[in-house]
Amino acid sequence: MTAHTSIDAQHPTRSFQGLILTLHDYWARHGCAILQPYDMEVGAGTFHPATTLRSLGPRSWKAAYVQPSRRPTDGRYGENPNRLQHYYQYQVILKPSPPDLQELYLGSLRAIGIDPLLHDIRFVEDDWESPTLGAWGLGWECWCDGMEVSQFTYFQQVCGIECAPVSGELTYGLERLAMYVQNVDNVYDLNFNGGEGDDKITYGDVFMQAEQEYSRHNFEYADTAMLMRHFEDAEAECRALLAAGAPDDASNAQLHRCVLPAYDQCIKASHVFNLLDARGVISVTERQSYILRVRDLAKACGEAFLMTDAGGAKPG
Amino acid sequence: MPDLLVELFCEEIPARMQRRAATHLREALTGALVDAGLTYEGARDHVTPRRLTLDVRGLTARSADTTEERKGPRVDAPEKALAGFLRGAGLASVDEAEVRSDPKKGDFYVAVIKREGRSAEEIVAEAMPAIIRDFPWPKSMRWGAPSAEPGALRWVRPLQSILCTFGPETEEPVVIDFEAGGIRSGNVTRGHRFHAGEAFTVRRFDDYAAELEKRFVIIDPQRRKEMIAADARNLAFANGVELVEDDALLDEVAGLVEWPVVLMGEFEREFLEIPDEVVRLTIKTNQKCFVCRDPATGNLTNKFILVANIEASDGGAEIARGNGKVVRARLADALHFWTTDQADLPDLEKYRTSAEKFDLDLKKPLDQRMAKLDHLGVTFHAKLGTQGERVARIAALAEELVDIIADAMETDLAPIEGEGAELRDLARRAAHLAKADLTTEIVGEFPEVQGAMGATYAVLQGEHPSVARAIEDHYKPLGPTDSVPTDPVAVAVALADKLDLLTGFWAIDEKPTGSKDPYALRRAALGVIRIVLENGIRLALAQHHVSADLLSFFHDRLKVWLRDKGARHDLIDAVLSETDDDLLIIVRKVEALQKLLDSETGANLRVGTERALNILAAEEKKDGAGAFDRPVDRALLAEPAEKELANVIEAVAGHVDDHVAREDYEGAFAVLAELRPAVDAFFDAVMVNADDAKVRTNRLAILSGLRTVTRKLADFSRIAG
Repeated sequence: MTAHTSIDAQHPTRSFQGLILTLHDYWARHGCAILQPYDMEVGAGTFHPATTLRSLGPRSWKAAYVQPSRRPTDGRYGENPNRLQHYYQYQVILKPSPPDLQELYLGSLRAIGIDPLLHDIRFVEDDWESPTLGAWGLGWECWCDGMEVSQFTYFQQVCGIECAPVSGELTYGLERLAMYVQNVDNVYDLNFNGGEGDDKITYGDVFMQAEQEYSRHNFEYADTAMLMRHFEDAEAECRALLAAGAPDDASNAQLHRCVLPAYDQCIKASHVFNLLDARGVISVTERQSYILRVRDLAKACGEAFLMTDAGGAKPG
Repeated sequence: MPDLLVELFCEEIPARMQRRAATHLREALTGALVDAGLTYEGARDHVTPRRLTLDVRGLTARSADTTEERKGPRVDAPEKALAGFLRGAGLASVDEAEVRSDPKKGDFYVAVIKREGRSAEEIVAEAMPAIIRDFPWPKSMRWGAPSAEPGALRWVRPLQSILCTFGPETEEPVVIDFEAGGIRSGNVTRGHRFHAGEAFTVRRFDDYAAELEKRFVIIDPQRRKEMIAADARNLAFANGVELVEDDALLDEVAGLVEWPVVLMGEFEREFLEIPDEVVRLTIKTNQKCFVCRDPATGNLTNKFILVANIEASDGGAEIARGNGKVVRARLADALHFWTTDQADLPDLEKYRTSAEKFDLDLKKPLDQRMAKLDHLGVTFHAKLGTQGERVARIAALAEELVDIIADAMETDLAPIEGEGAELRDLARRAAHLAKADLTTEIVGEFPEVQGAMGATYAVLQGEHPSVARAIEDHYKPLGPTDSVPTDPVAVAVALADKLDLLTGFWAIDEKPTGSKDPYALRRAALGVIRIVLENGIRLALAQHHVSADLLSFFHDRLKVWLRDKGARHDLIDAVLSETDDDLLIIVRKVEALQKLLDSETGANLRVGTERALNILAAEEKKDGAGAFDRPVDRALLAEPAEKELANVIEAVAGHVDDHVAREDYEGAFAVLAELRPAVDAFFDAVMVNADDAKVRTNRLAILSGLRTVTRKLADFSRIAG
């Protein structure tokens, strides 16, 4: 797929941002609310409350957004052409999962320039599970010519709660997809803005320094004693907020009044745990117990969300 | 007679579940048809990633009318019994029942239940929804709007349509109408997702299969498999290379495509620096592609074979290029692991203590990995300590065993390099490095290359060939058909590894029970048995921490193994005593006994001895066990035959002992055979139960002597006649 100068700089095969804009356009046309990234550090697009919490309860929901995702242990000081500790996921959540979800997904691939009669698109078994979110689902890795470009999941359980109805979740690995459609072998060589010559801004221009600095932070500098305190604080605050906002006959509050701020603390605890893990200060046995502590928070938040308006609860 | 066609069309079914699902559909539906009184001539299932298909031929159109008679109570039975009978038979009142007479029982009611035959359509329409609802997928899911309701249909992935037609060849088939999970059956399906995704109408199997093939779907998995295999071989041949066959991979790949198109990809030759097995696993596990070898050298080449699901508009060039790119990235990772494993670990200083514990040289990469394994304190089992502790135990035991083994095997060792290197040193060194590869990057990625990878790295850092061999072979044999190690050092480490496992788990009372054997202890015991027997090693297990209970576990496994090899179960029982802890001796005794019994003399001796044992047993019931275990009183011997037998037993006993002392069991049994004429003559001429009590006791003492001398080798009472 060679980039032709005749095509628009915002074409998905010409620029990273063009890829994002094309997906936004496609999913907007299919009825999704185009949201912005959640303003907190998360490990994957699934953590955005627009997915985690909105996949619970009976109400319909359609949203699409880019989510910067942080995996501290994947830092490589900018030296690996494929691995990043900060990368972008494009996330689509459709509730309930529509009957033609696979066709919708394939339509999005066509929109970004992947012709399924030229490229070999496959749905390869992959059961998804997030131990920290108490979530699992069945679906596939979507392969394009042998490369995994997306995850496709029918959520069965989130926050330890059965999904009713089931949501369909699509997650695109944007950098990988862009590398494929732009035909570059190194993520830092991606054309970010579609410009040429002096006008060209690459992915490396935007993120190389950040990858180097954050790798140092994640593996060497992060203050582990402080992080452990932050974990404890976030955990305590999450529980305190859930208790404070709980339905209460005395004040005539029938719904839960403080789920989203509590869930923020759950996200925070999860990210702090990932940082501690990257610093190598968590032993194998401790690791399991940290995961369980985050999952307990997620469960409590999910249960509280079902007692809110967005969670489908009705006062009285 | 009419044919039935069923297709369940859904989103992509995992390859590993397809075959079993197709079989289940066939068995469940044909089972339901037969239970309902229908017959059929043949049924065949097919499966692709998107459909389960069942083709039933020559199905009877209706089940026959049936009459069932149900016996009821006597006409004068109490009300309650009558009511129960009517309810059970579905009758409204006794008027609907017949009255029959029986000369013994008197008059009683009989319900004659007539059932009209049902049409096949009705039977299928009733059976299918239940089959779909109860389908035993290993993992299933809910989807879409209906998943909001409890009791929603579960399927492996969303079920999209159901096709079900029925009819004779000469007529237009009908749709058998039913519904499952909100999906109504019909006569419509779809072709290949990308080549022919539009719906089309189906009549019966013949046009279904033919039409699908036109629409880029091969429904027969076996045919897809054969197509892939043939095309892959040809494509490899045309490119001057040879396909490395892999049946499991072929099966999986055939389950990932409806329309297989075989293509060839390439990667840079520099990756061939990685060991072949790692290249193969990288390409197979991650990319589900086949590798190719050079027919002349047998070494891997930089060509690989992939199977696409489409006839690409450019002939597959883009697909091959894209796959090449991914394979390259994966191999770059593997190459990274391979070079990292041979480089120094960071912070070597912290491994100092561990290195001293295991005499490790921290200048060598594999030594560093062992030091790391110990330093990390990786748990082997909560009650059995760390991997490091286990390695220390294995090393001690391997050292203890290696001299015994070398003596027994009389194998020529590869020349030992360096001064003062001895077998014990090699065994200790091999044990210390045997588990080191568990902390290498490559084994972390591909656990199945453990051992082999350690050996490769050992050779690279200049270890003795026997040490490398031992690292590679110490997990062996992995099953009844796997080869056993033969190098004495490898044998010592392999035995030590398994004995440590067994004695450890026995000590904490975690033994296999029934079908549960999570630590593969049966396999370990069989491994010990095979290594010992196939190398001819004399090993007294009891001297190496094997408890009585563990020994009896070994006996059980040995019996199973010998039985599988065709040995007679009763002969093993005859020679085996609870304390026998030398497996090789047990087997030699069994063989010698078998040889004896195969001869005419031996067969007769068995008959005579059995007679003696029966008489003794019967008389001991009267006089008490052991009543006749006393020296023979020569003065009381009157008959020549009894004198002769007493003499022969005494002579033979000495000879048997001599042979046993030399462990010549065949010789020992041959000596035993010399008893035969005297035993036969004794029973011909002598009456054991003489009137004179003293004479009787003395004659029974002779038989007791016979029992004692035969038991030196085998308990003849346990040999089946």
